[in-house]
Amino acid sequence: MSTPIDHAEASSGFIAAKDHLEFHDRRLWDLRCKRDRATAAIPEWESMRELASAIKAHTLSHLADYLEQFERAAQANGATVHWARDAAEHNQIVHEILAARGARTLVKSKSMLTDECEMRPFLEQRGISVIETDLGERIQQLDDEPPSHIVVPAVHKLRGDVAAVFARTLGTDPDDDDPHRLAEAQRRTTRPSFLSADAGMTGANFAVAQTGAIVVCTNEGNADLSVHLPRLYIASVGIEKLLPRTEHVALFVRMLSRSALGSPITQMTSHFRVPRPGTEMHIVLVDNGRSERLAMPAFWPSLKCIRCGACMNTCPVYRRSGGLSYGSTYSGPIGVIIDPAYDLRKYSALPFASTLNGSCTAVCPVKIDIHDQIFRWRQVIAQRQVLPFAKRQAMKMAGRLMASPRLFRAAVEAAGAGAEHLPRVMLYNRFNAWGRQREVPAAPAMTFRQWWLKNRAAARDEGQP
Amino acid sequence: MSTRDEILARVRRGQPAAVACPPLPGFAQGDRRQRAGFAAFAEALQRMGGRVAAPPADGSLASAIATLYPQARVVCSATAEVAGNRPLSAIRRPADLDDVDLGIVRAAFGVAETGSLLLTEDHLGVEALGFLAQHLLVLLDPAQVVPDVHDAYRDAAFEHARYVILMTGPSATADIEGVLIHGAQGVRSLTVLPWPQPGP
Amino acid sequence: MKVALFVPCYVDAFFPEVAIATLELLERLGCEVHYPLEQTCCGQPLANSGCEAEAAGAEALFVRNFSGFEHIVAPSGSCVHHVREHFAARPGHDDVRRVRGACHDLVDFLHDVLRVREFPWAEFPHTVGLHVGCTSLRKLGQASHSERPDSPAFSKPRALLSAVKGIRFASPQRPDECCGFGGTFSVTEEPVSARMGYDKVLDHGSAGAEYIVSGDMSCLMHQKGCAERMGSPVRFLHIAQVLNGAHG
Repeated sequence: MSTPIDHAEASSGFIAAKDHLEFHDRRLWDLRCKRDRATAAIPEWESMRELASAIKAHTLSHLADYLEQFERAAQANGATVHWARDAAEHNQIVHEILAARGARTLVKSKSMLTDECEMRPFLEQRGISVIETDLGERIQQLDDEPPSHIVVPAVHKLRGDVAAVFARTLGTDPDDDDPHRLAEAQRRTTRPSFLSADAGMTGANFAVAQTGAIVVCTNEGNADLSVHLPRLYIASVGIEKLLPRTEHVALFVRMLSRSALGSPITQMTSHFRVPRPGTEMHIVLVDNGRSERLAMPAFWPSLKCIRCGACMNTCPVYRRSGGLSYGSTYSGPIGVIIDPAYDLRKYSALPFASTLNGSCTAVCPVKIDIHDQIFRWRQVIAQRQVLPFAKRQAMKMAGRLMASPRLFRAAVEAAGAGAEHLPRVMLYNRFNAWGRQREVPAAPAMTFRQWWLKNRAAARDEGQP
Repeated sequence: MSTRDEILARVRRGQPAAVACPPLPGFAQGDRRQRAGFAAFAEALQRMGGRVAAPPADGSLASAIATLYPQARVVCSATAEVAGNRPLSAIRRPADLDDVDLGIVRAAFGVAETGSLLLTEDHLGVEALGFLAQHLLVLLDPAQVVPDVHDAYRDAAFEHARYVILMTGPSATADIEGVLIHGAQGVRSLTVLPWPQPGP
Repeated sequence: MKVALFVPCYVDAFFPEVAIATLELLERLGCEVHYPLEQTCCGQPLANSGCEAEAAGAEALFVRNFSGFEHIVAPSGSCVHHVREHFAARPGHDDVRRVRGACHDLVDFLHDVLRVREFPWAEFPHTVGLHVGCTSLRKLGQASHSERPDSPAFSKPRALLSAVKGIRFASPQRPDECCGFGGTFSVTEEPVSARMGYDKVLDHGSAGAEYIVSGDMSCLMHQKGCAERMGSPVRFLHIAQVLNGAHG
């Protein structure tokens, strides 16, 4: 029985680290503002969102046909297509491909799917060395910590933290925290891996059914280096990444980086279709709970996600708690609506780590109704008896109170009457979460209802108290 | 039942009700088309950290390169217009390009909206050249600039080439405290030199 | 015009002056205001805790209390939105549909139904940080929001407040970032909630706001709690109070 992730507990540690909190919040808010400026410059942005949402909905509603079309096209290109029902099967398939060819080193670009499948430890336990080449992912790999944000994996770290990690693992100067020199150190130490790796791996931002192409968007060019040097290329692709035709890629490419970082396109937008002569290309199509989510009428829209991270950047809760506090590969608003489908009990607190403010929904390029889905997940969690805190019984009691005017009034008047006479320590102690960092509102002399009865009831004649 | 059949069956069963695919509009934005062209492309590329070199006054490509890259020792060109000192024909494995200081390629076209360059394996000669070289010089016919990304994706390369890249400036990252760095893993600099395509 | 006054439970219990100001304001504007005595709570705290089903009794009581009124007005965008969009027990039934459709937040009622643009009795010579609660903003659409920079700027609460003599507006850095109340979130995720509240008060304070004014007392209750603990001089008023002539 999995232990529920305690987001609130994790967040309090994050908030206590003042410099880290201040940078994290400011940096991601800045990305949100860049996104605003980039989208304001495109008059057709709102109609693009509508189109992108409709294209994804269409694709998901015909997903089986598109998967088959993609497989045919990829095979015609000379790629080998594999299917994995879950994380374990994905890892086994990848391992078999590598082991059968005696591959011992693998360079890879960023792939949330491979993190989701926990592929790295699986391969490393079997003697395969895996090198993350995205700078943020590499920092996290060397620090033995998961990525905290799907686009900027080490955004929760300050330069001093990176300097410490590199000093410990790459032998750099612990006192030199200049980001340029740190990045240069990663470039210098990763390059030999690119040159000698037996295999390269990418994820997929999009997979095109019409042509069998894998589209990978990076700023560093590390996906291209991972594919163009080794003789074996493996692409891990979630089945929801399908797009029907090449022309659709254009729309999504125009939206992805503007939503994520506020730049019109990523520096390297790469399309891998046919393996180089004498090399192999393998594509692993992965389900791992996606088909199950597809069948959920309330929650399938979460599969439209293009992994831009705009929802994380805008979320005031995410910015102040950090991705690691969600305890999952997918954090922030999108994580909140995806993770409970994987493990309802473990992630039962996540839908409550939200104020339902709706900013995420407003920035989502594919118009996922994220905050509505968060509300829906709360109902599911309560129905399935896995409410993380408020007992169902207490809610039943509250419900009865609200349905009875007499009981309700008695409770309100009793609470008010008592509070003002309580010593401060009774109101403000560790059991009263409200009072930890806030003053409790003072109880007034009269409730509104009492005031009305005293001052207005006679004139209006509303009935007996 | 194979995993493939199992997944397809589950997907088919669970798919939401069919939604038609909306047609993509032309996105013909009058003012954007007016702003298209090499000048708009250059502005967009520079915003992404790329550089644009002025065509050499004396019309000599070789002297332009020598002026732009005085430090380059190993030069590898995939273009017909200029030769480097490391012929691509000598490359047996892509990793042999490791010591290349300057790669020279010609792009199929530029994209004004983003400052992107379209390159395929034909333009790169060896794909890894565009990423292992420390610096990349890209020849671009200034008449070959399309207005936007939708135009770019109409190119036949996406159906016929092995590999297509829309390259927009040098390799970059801002993963450490949001500080922008050029030359993360791939090329440290990308410079476009307007140079008309030689006639047939 | 006959109007039923819907007083949110926490306003009844802790901020009766907001309900009084709402009542007086509506009466000044010529409304005949009724106050159904048997009202309790709209049920939002239950629904937001996942217990929609337990809110059925509260919903039924609400519908009984407010049936027959063409206009139901509450000084709370959040509660009104819940009634309009989240009454889940018997959503299709006629009596429920009518009550849901008749329910308005005070700001929307003043701006769109009564179409008031003048409050000659009101004077408030202070710098105000206007806080539009997230529900009022993104769900009731009372103002344009920064996620949609393409849409023309507008704000119903600001349009109303602009008519008040002497009022000045502060410009915080993040005018539409959530303040962190979020109902039960304020207790179950107290560390982030308090941090968000502190940041909101600091933002308005740094922008020169002497008062933070909102159409949602729930947001203000949370911000006020933070401000008092922080020792911030910023004070808090509901928009109904300012429009009704409160002097600060």
